Amino acid sequence: MTSRLFGEPVQRVEDAQLVTGRGHYLDDLGHDALAAAFVRSPHAHARVLDIDVTAALDVEGLVAIYTYDDLAASPRGTVAEALPLLIPHPALHAPRTGYALAREEVNHVGEAVVMVVASDRYVAEDAAERIVVTYGVLPPVVGIEAARSAERRTHDDVPDNVAAHLLQEVGDVQAAFAGSPRTLELDLAIQRSASMPLEGKGVYARWDAEDGSMRVYSSTQTSTSVRAAVAAKLDLPLNKVDCIAPMVGGGFGVKIVHPWPEEVLVPWAARELGREVKWVEDRREHFVSSAHERGQLHTIKVGFDDDGRLLALDVRFWHDNGAYTPYGIIVPIITSTQLLGPYKPGAYRVEFWSLYTNTVIVTPYRGAGRPQGCFAMERVMDAIADALGLDRAEVRERNFITPEEMPYDHHMTFQDGRPLIYDSGDFPATLAKLRTLIGWDDTLAQVASWRAAGRRVGVGLACYVEGTGVGPYEGAHVVVETSGKVKVATGLTTQGQGHFTSFAQIAADELGVALEDVEVVTGDTRRFGYAVGTFASRAAVMSGNAIAFAARSVREKALRIAGDALEADPGDLEIVDGVVRVKGSPAASIPLATVAVLSNPLRYAFDEASKAATQFAVGDTSGPPVREDDEPGLEGTDYYSPVGATFANGMHAVVVETDPETAEIKVLRYCVVHDCGPLINPLIVEGQVHGGVAQGVGGALYERMEYDENGQLLNASFMDFLMPYASEIPHIEIDHLETRSPLNPLGIKGAGEAGVIPSAAVFASAIEDAEGFVITAMPISPSELFDLRRRHAAGEVPSLRREDRRTEEMR
Amino acid sequence: MGKRDFPTRMRQDHRVKPSPFGYAAPATVEEALAVLAQVGDDAKVLAGGQSLLPILNMRLAAPAHLVDVNRLRELAYVRAEEGGVRVGALARHVDVERSVPAYDALPLLRQALQLVAHPVIRNRGTTVGSLAHADPSGEMTAVLALTGGSVVAARRGSTRTVAAADFFLGPLESALEPGELAVSAFFPSFPARTGTTFLEVARRHGDYAVCGLAAAVTLAADGTVTAARASYISVGGTPVVIDFTELLAGSAPDESGWHAAGELARQQVEPEADIHASADYRRHLVGVLTRRALGEAAGRAA
Ligand SMILES: Cc1cc2nc3c(=O)[nH]c(=O)nc-3n(C[C@H](O)[C@H](O)[C@H](O)COP(=O)(O)OP(=O)(O)OC[C@H]3O[C@@H](n4cnc5c(N)ncnc54)[C@H](O)[C@@H]3O)c2cc1C
Repeated sequence: MTSRLFGEPVQRVEDAQLVTGRGHYLDDLGHDALAAAFVRSPHAHARVLDIDVTAALDVEGLVAIYTYDDLAASPRGTVAEALPLLIPHPALHAPRTGYALAREEVNHVGEAVVMVVASDRYVAEDAAERIVVTYGVLPPVVGIEAARSAERRTHDDVPDNVAAHLLQEVGDVQAAFAGSPRTLELDLAIQRSASMPLEGKGVYARWDAEDGSMRVYSSTQTSTSVRAAVAAKLDLPLNKVDCIAPMVGGGFGVKIVHPWPEEVLVPWAARELGREVKWVEDRREHFVSSAHERGQLHTIKVGFDDDGRLLALDVRFWHDNGAYTPYGIIVPIITSTQLLGPYKPGAYRVEFWSLYTNTVIVTPYRGAGRPQGCFAMERVMDAIADALGLDRAEVRERNFITPEEMPYDHHMTFQDGRPLIYDSGDFPATLAKLRTLIGWDDTLAQVASWRAAGRRVGVGLACYVEGTGVGPYEGAHVVVETSGKVKVATGLTTQGQGHFTSFAQIAADELGVALEDVEVVTGDTRRFGYAVGTFASRAAVMSGNAIAFAARSVREKALRIAGDALEADPGDLEIVDGVVRVKGSPAASIPLATVAVLSNPLRYAFDEASKAATQFAVGDTSGPPVREDDEPGLEGTDYYSPVGATFANGMHAVVVETDPETAEIKVLRYCVVHDCGPLINPLIVEGQVHGGVAQGVGGALYERMEYDENGQLLNASFMDFLMPYASEIPHIEIDHLETRSPLNPLGIKGAGEAGVIPSAAVFASAIEDAEGFVITAMPISPSELFDLRRRHAAGEVPSLRREDRRTEEMR
Repeated sequence: MGKRDFPTRMRQDHRVKPSPFGYAAPATVEEALAVLAQVGDDAKVLAGGQSLLPILNMRLAAPAHLVDVNRLRELAYVRAEEGGVRVGALARHVDVERSVPAYDALPLLRQALQLVAHPVIRNRGTTVGSLAHADPSGEMTAVLALTGGSVVAARRGSTRTVAAADFFLGPLESALEPGELAVSAFFPSFPARTGTTFLEVARRHGDYAVCGLAAAVTLAADGTVTAARASYISVGGTPVVIDFTELLAGSAPDESGWHAAGELARQQVEPEADIHASADYRRHLVGVLTRRALGEAAGRAA
């Protein structure tokens, strides 16, 4: 067999193109297209009273101005209807979605009110600047406290601002508390951040009036679904619409939401005008009109015994979903389920309220509710350890689900509507590896000696479990061309994850061809029409397995055809380096390219190779050229649809030092142990972990969305939204555990979000350890740490119990 | 970073591409001054563009004309002169940072410039431009103020020299008038046995500082302090200079002195809060960084 590529740290095949500027992102397309720009609401909450476009009309190069009324007057399609509620849920009792252009009311700063189309973007902006919108300003709801108090409303007809309320209970929590020797209560807060891909959204539409067809390019995480949405909104048959995700410069969740207003409006305007139209989001627009995530308040009560075993857990939390709920309540559902991590509380009750505020919508951002859940649970673990004076790793280990208990049923419903059942994982082994990687005991001893010398150093630890590879399905088409080259198409999209390499590795292995001979296409509905999308660390699991299945069917067919040609039993054949040969007697062989030729009986020869398949060249005339149960071509399509998610897990440890005076926070070490099953490509997995940790460092120490009381986002630029630079990211030490998933033939689990999940938790744990007082809110800045120190000194912030013990020992 | 009124002004508008403008790229200073004389009332000088272009792109400013000075090679110099360093308007930050004669004459220039943004921005941004921009978080404003330097401003037919103390009028507001071109800045050297440093706390590497200062300590031959001064960024609308000479002159260069200076500085500054830091934290940093900076500067003076 050809040497196996699965598991090899193969260099990413897409990178040469990307780093030399030859990758085509959305804005690299459509140079002659008209440009769209938007007038967006400057108010967080207002009625749109009047739109006066007169002053814009004499801007040279202006092509069209559209308001909601124009959408309503559109004879065809449903562009004027509210945008779809993508994921309905029974607990989402008051769903609200916006309109492509504001109808009568705007509910956050940045909501699109008027669309301008012009010869180029500058002209479009000039015209937009001259449009006067008169607003009747309404009081905004900003922040969870304000939403909860319900003194003001985001939506008139939602008096308590509650979009959704969901309660899940496993076991009898009340009884479990009654039987708990000890209890603790915690209030925990996490602020907003955002996916913030370096490439914002973008849409480019080409309407072919003669053909009645639409081609849409979108910087999306789901081209099949954008296609379906555009077809529905524009009242076009699905087969007259194509959607292509070109190279996408990051998504991290925000681009799974669809259709964005612009994804409806740009194709609609292209058809209205009979011209190509393009819109490329700029950074300011991305801040105020895309999506954010993470803002939640949590109140937790926990019951435990003297050994630190979790007997009862009661979690209530309030989720800020922003102005609308197009993506349903996926984020809080994930928090409520994935909060459990690797642990098995005796009884668990979780209840959340998803609240409207006059801010940008909230939809999944890498980690998607898990960072909050992990933060909550890991704060609990640290609190228990501190209360009992136990080692923090030890307390965690005592609460782990053991490998023998797998598959482990939590008796809850997960984000895919299916039971929350962990399929695999060996949590004690993961922890053991992490302890070894960081040298847990030595590190604790080292830190103790540093502290004795006056330095403020702390160690943090956090564990998580991540449901990855959720359904419903993905598919793939694999074809061996007569050149011997293999083309793989899968419907989900790529935003930099290295799919062109890892998917090629899988196909190459299955087919016995060289990596260079495989070309992968993703996210192009012309090539593959059925798909869900790239989110929830699902691409490798879903498409990876679908590609393996499709490639296997191609292999089977290749062996059958080759068997006929070589007069050998297909079972005796193997494919090595693109050649089918008889095992043990390699001289009897036929190149895969020739097999591809033979697979397609021809009447006409168009080149030398194809002659072999023409009607007078093929020998056997006893049956039909294409057998009854067969199809022409050496190709296959197959799908992978799992019964449920597969659960990856990981544990991070960090050593931080805080400056006793300036309160600056420095990362001394960052260690990751990660288990996503067998690694297709360690280089890519580690890249994913690096990127995730980088975003996690951002979320824990730098980034936040700073809204003022009027709902103005004060830091809507890269100057004031502090995405970390490379200089802020520590060196990351990684080790892997590879426990197979029993759910899919490759045994793999997702890795895309892993790095980011435990960041808030692990940094809170370490900073708390360094400072000796309790940390309950993240992210944390030096200014806030300084403030906490003062409040701690004033007795307003409690010390850690171990700090009190240390002080006593010193006496 | 630093205190800015961008957000509230953004409220008016969300445009992110510049408004139309006229553009001139004169080849000589004389030509530049002629153009400025013509359109100067509604023109902006374009130097490295590192501060101006974002402002134009966000339409926070919409000048009718840009006068691009990037072809004025005659202003692309860094010279050690009698008593200090003269920096031409087209000297990039990196030119000043790397200049050995400038470093020999005034090490503080390099010490400060290493904290200005990132290398790619220093490759393009000009030192004189950052003075003209008058951002109270800009390191070079503090250097000009501490050294008691000056800026030479020219208009067609006349030239004037503006002392640092008169140059910074408020946040993003310098004494340059419409139609004027800053042609150079002069940074005087310190007396012998002076040590300097620039310290700051920034949220991310290369960011505008939450608080920072340039400090200079001069010691007498017997090792006692003869002069100590510091100039602060991000704690006021213009660089804030505090003179500790009265407090420290004649005393030994030791922790207690630096500590007292830190206390004095803490009491004197009137910082404001912004989204990155509270006023209290900034005030606290003034104390801490003053102590550290004076100690470090004195160490270099010895
Ligand atoms: C990401 C980033 C980070 C940064 N961080 C820092 C930092 O930490 N510290 C710091 O100090 N700076 C920082 N800067 C700004 C940088 O130093 C700029 O180079 C500097 O502020 C302006 O110089 P410039 O040559 O680019 O001027 P421009 O942007 O071209 O001009 C700025 C202003 O000065 C005026 N001007 C420029 N030259 C003249 C002249 N000769 N005569 C009259 N008017 C003139 C312009 O009209 C304009 O109003 C940062 C910039 C960026 C983009």
